[in-house]
Amino acid sequence: MTAVLKLLRSAPFSARLGMGMVLLTLLAALLAPVIAPYSETEVAGDVWLPASGEHLIGTDNLGRDLFSRLLYGARNTIAIAFLITGLSFVVGIIWGFLAATVGGWMDQLLSRCVDILMAFPTLIFALMVLSVVGTSIPALVIVIALLDSTRVYRLSRAVAMDIEVMEYVEAARLRGEGLWWLMRHEILPNAMPPLVAEFGLRFCFVFLFIAALSFLGLGIQPPTADWGSMVRENSGAITFGIYTPLWPAGAIAFLTVGVNLIVDWFLHIASGLQD
Amino acid sequence: MALSNVKGIVPLLSKRIGLGLVTLWVISVLIFVGVEALPGDLAEAVLGQSATPETVEAFRKELKLDMAPHVRYFAWLGAFVRGDFGNSLANKRPVADLISWRFANSLFLAGVTAMIAVPVAVLLGILAALYRNTLFDRLISIATLSTISFPEFFVAYILIALLSVQVAIFPSIANINEQMNFWQKLYAIFLPCLTLAMVVTAHMMRQTRAAIINILSSPFIEMANLKGLRRLRVVVRHAFPNALSPVINVIALNLAYLVVGVVIVEVVFVYPGLGQLLVDSVSKRDIPVVQASGLIFAATYVLLNLLADVLSIVSNPRLRNPR
Repeated sequence: MTAVLKLLRSAPFSARLGMGMVLLTLLAALLAPVIAPYSETEVAGDVWLPASGEHLIGTDNLGRDLFSRLLYGARNTIAIAFLITGLSFVVGIIWGFLAATVGGWMDQLLSRCVDILMAFPTLIFALMVLSVVGTSIPALVIVIALLDSTRVYRLSRAVAMDIEVMEYVEAARLRGEGLWWLMRHEILPNAMPPLVAEFGLRFCFVFLFIAALSFLGLGIQPPTADWGSMVRENSGAITFGIYTPLWPAGAIAFLTVGVNLIVDWFLHIASGLQD
Repeated sequence: MALSNVKGIVPLLSKRIGLGLVTLWVISVLIFVGVEALPGDLAEAVLGQSATPETVEAFRKELKLDMAPHVRYFAWLGAFVRGDFGNSLANKRPVADLISWRFANSLFLAGVTAMIAVPVAVLLGILAALYRNTLFDRLISIATLSTISFPEFFVAYILIALLSVQVAIFPSIANINEQMNFWQKLYAIFLPCLTLAMVVTAHMMRQTRAAIINILSSPFIEMANLKGLRRLRVVVRHAFPNALSPVINVIALNLAYLVVGVVIVEVVFVYPGLGQLLVDSVSKRDIPVVQASGLIFAATYVLLNLLADVLSIVSNPRLRNPR
C-alpha cells in the first residue's frame, strides 16, 4: 500500500492531470442518477436549444437535456466497457495461465489460434460478426470480450511463464497441488501488477471501440444514452452551425486523453529511459 | 544495401510469407464459417416478418445454404477468386460491381493521406528526437498525444466545424465521381484526408521519435560524438541508417491501421468508399456484400502487416545475414 502511495506521489503533472480527468468521469458515471436534472429519455424542451439556465448545455436532436444524457451515457458506456474488459480478462487470463503452465501442444495450439485472431483487423471482424448475430447488448459484450481477450492472453501467458519457473511454484507442485490451485494461489497474486496496468489500458480501448461501434449505429442502440450514438444522432446539427455533437465526442476525447496520460507515465516508468 | 547473403534470408522470408498466406486462408474460412456457425437462423433474421416457409426456402436456395458446408465453401472461394462475389441482397446487383469502384475510392483516399502523412510524420519525429525535451518537442508531444486520444470522428467534426461551417472553405460531404478531374477530387476529399492524416501522423511521429531516441542513446552514437564528429554527420551517416528498419516497420504498420481508420472517416464524410459500403451492408445485413468487403479489408490489412515484417527483415543487416 505504501509503495502505491509513494508511486502516486512521484507522478509528474501530466499523470496527475490524467488521474483527475479519469476520476471526474468515474464520479459523473457513479452519481448520474443523483445529479442529473432530467431523466435519460425525458423530452424536456425544443430541439437543439442552446445552453441556458434550464439546460446546462442545451438539448439534443429530440429535445432531451444534453447534460443529463451525457451523465447517463458515461454510466452506460463505462458500465458496459467495464463488463467487457472484466470478461476479456477472465477468459484471457485463464487461457494464458493454462498455456504457460501446461505448455506443450496446448500452448502451441492456443498461441497459433490467438495469432491468427489477432491478425484480423478488430473493427472489421466485429462488424462482420454483428451483421450476423444482430446488435443486442449480450452479442456486443461477447464479441468484443473475445476479441480483446487475445491481447490479455499474450500478456498473461508471458507473465505466467516468468512466474512458473520460480522455486515456490516448483515447491507447490512437489507438494502435490493441483493445476487450478497453482494458477489461483501462486501465479495469480504474483501476476497482479502488470495485469492491473493492462486492465486500465484495455478498458480505454474497449471504451473507444464501443463508442466507435455506436457511432456507426452498430453498438448500443437508442434510446439508451451512449456517447458514441449521441454523436451520431446529433451529427446533423453541425451543418447548421450548431455544435451539439462536439459535446459527447469531446467527452469521449476527455476520458481517453486522461487514460492516455496515465498510460504514458506507466510506459515511461517501465521503459527506464533517463531524461 | 546489397544482399550479401541471399541464402540466409530466403528461408526466413519464405517462412514469414507462408505464415501470411496461411493466415489469409484461415481468415477466408472464418468469414465463411461466421455466417454458418453463429446462432440465429440467417434466413429468418434477414427476412423478418416476411418469413413464410416458402420465402425462407427460396432465400436458402439463393444463398445456397442447402448445400453441404464444405462444398459451399469451395464453391464460394472458387467464385471469389474468379471475381464473382455473388449478388447483393439489397439490390440484386453483382457485388463485384458495387465493390470495385468503391475500393478504388478508398485506396485513393488512403493513398493521398499516406503521401502527406508519411513524410511529415518522419520529419517531425526526427526533429523531435534531435531537439528532445525542448519546448518544440514538448508542444509536439502534447499535440500528438491529444490527437491519438481523440476518436477519429471527434477530429472529423472539429475540422468540419472549423473549416466547413465557420469558414466555408471545404465541403463537409466528400462526394466524388468519375466526372471529376484529379484536382476537383483532391478538393472534395480535403477534409477526410486531413482528418486521417492528423491521426496517422500523430501515431507515426511518436513511434519514429521513440525509435530515433532509442538509437541516439546507443554506444556507437556516443562514440561518434566523443570522436568529435559534427552533429549533422552523426545523424545522417550513423544514426539514420540504423533507424531505417524500425521506421519502415512503423510506417507499414500505420498504413495497415489506415485501412481500418478509413471506415469511420468515410461514414462521417459520406465518402463513397468500401468502408461506407461495409457499414451500410452490416446494418442491412446484406451478407454477400459484408463477406466480400470484409474479406478485402482483412486481406489488405494482413498483406500490409506482412509487408511490414518483410521490409523490417530485409532492412535489418543482422537478420539479412543470420549465422
